[in-house]
Amino acid sequence: MSALACEGLTVGYGGAPVIDALDLDIAEGAVVALLGANGAGKTTLLRALTGLVPLRTGRIALHGRDLTAESTEDRVRSGLALVPEGRSVVVELTVDENLRLGGLWRHRRKALDAAAEDMYALFPALDRRRRAPGHTLSGGERQMLALARALLARPRVLLLDEPSLGLAPKATAQLLGVLRATAARTGLTVLLAEQNVTGALSVADRGVVLSLGAVAADRPAADLAADPALRHAYLGF
Amino acid sequence: MDRFVFLAAAGLARGAVLALFALSLVIVWRTARAVNFAQAAMAAAAVYAAFAVTAATGSYWAGLATGLAAGALLGAGAERGLMRRLPAHAPLPGIIVAIGLVMVLQAGLAIAFGPEHRPMHPPFSQRPFLIGGVPVLSPYDLFTLAAAAAVMAALALLFNRTPLGLQLRAAAFAPETARLLGVRVPRMATLGWALSVAAASLAALLLVPTELGLNPHAVDLLFVNAFAVAVIGGLDSPAGALLAGIGTGLLVSLVTGYVSASAAPLAVLALMTLVLLVRPGGLLAPKEARTA
Repeated sequence: MSALACEGLTVGYGGAPVIDALDLDIAEGAVVALLGANGAGKTTLLRALTGLVPLRTGRIALHGRDLTAESTEDRVRSGLALVPEGRSVVVELTVDENLRLGGLWRHRRKALDAAAEDMYALFPALDRRRRAPGHTLSGGERQMLALARALLARPRVLLLDEPSLGLAPKATAQLLGVLRATAARTGLTVLLAEQNVTGALSVADRGVVLSLGAVAADRPAADLAADPALRHAYLGF
Repeated sequence: MDRFVFLAAAGLARGAVLALFALSLVIVWRTARAVNFAQAAMAAAAVYAAFAVTAATGSYWAGLATGLAAGALLGAGAERGLMRRLPAHAPLPGIIVAIGLVMVLQAGLAIAFGPEHRPMHPPFSQRPFLIGGVPVLSPYDLFTLAAAAAVMAALALLFNRTPLGLQLRAAAFAPETARLLGVRVPRMATLGWALSVAAASLAALLLVPTELGLNPHAVDLLFVNAFAVAVIGGLDSPAGALLAGIGTGLLVSLVTGYVSASAAPLAVLALMTLVLLVRPGGLLAPKEARTA
């Protein structure tokens, strides 16, 4: 069954479209790597899916339900979550406040407490810093917190924008490992936009390559990783 | 010494009102990232609503409740009807609209009620208690202190200990992130404006009976001093508003008593300048974020 379906998405900021008549269908429980050079349209696509950037044309459906006309808040409450690029921790709030913020609409008090404890168990580094203000966290801790906060709401489809940006290889591997394990355990559908092609393809079932706002390739992750011509043409290595 | 005790006690009550009005400015800053330059005019309009209901019913308390409700409605209405429609990330249109709102409200109040000062009677005596022969706080001063303290404590609880307060803070600090976490940011902004103008209205309702009376400009000086207090404390800091409000209230009272009333605004300006030279973000400004 389709978890996330996009039909004819066109998105732009004024002039030529950044995303041009894009179709994409992601099956329930799949982990899909969204790849492409800088400017290919990865971030714009994720922002359009969550309603942060308006569509010019097209339709978005989550588990068959049309989200196109819904606000960002309503899309989130329908089960679509985005961890944006740049470690979107609210630096004025503590780790615990940031974490709980992710689940306020979803859980009642006791369930929220339990869900937060689950996340602390998943990310022990955050558990040790519950009361720390967001502005004191390192880049890796912020990225963990952003991911934990998104998972706390138990989304059906999780969108991640460059989670490895600025992270050390060890932290990146840990983060992607948690992501893969969570997806396998819960059946979470993931769309992972990444510049770290090797890392993304190592945890993904499928890779979608964007070029100039259109899908240039859509193949199993292993095939994509093994195709030097495609890697060279679109991914630059 | 007797004079000092009297002036300090009076300054404490004045400081509580200043702190409450400054807190109202902090609330709207924290929830909508806006300085509401129409806060005084909106609070004055709420006090007129209270005045009208008290005059009609004879009940101070009915007037007080009406004033608070009118303040909340005015705040919510201004946000939904005006501020929400302005371009985000550009402070100038908000300032211009607020100034326009001041002109409309003050002209409207003058047309409806006349420009003259109308006496408002406090619910308690303003005659100070004598302790050891020294006049200190009056029953009305105690009411003012208790009301301001109760509202500030309730707001602190709301913002720091409740899920709603967490959403209000997140919506102000990082609106896009908050939306991505399911927070209904426009609703939080409306609520923030309603709480803010209601708090300002209470401060004005507490102040006006101790002044010359009610007229469309009765809250203007309170706004000017409270704005200075909010800046001194740090526009993001409720605790800063409280600390700076009490401190500024004491300063104004002591300067008025020992020097002259005319020197008090200069003393506030000097205090604000001094604080901003030493701590440009205010006394309790947030700490800088780690960037690596």
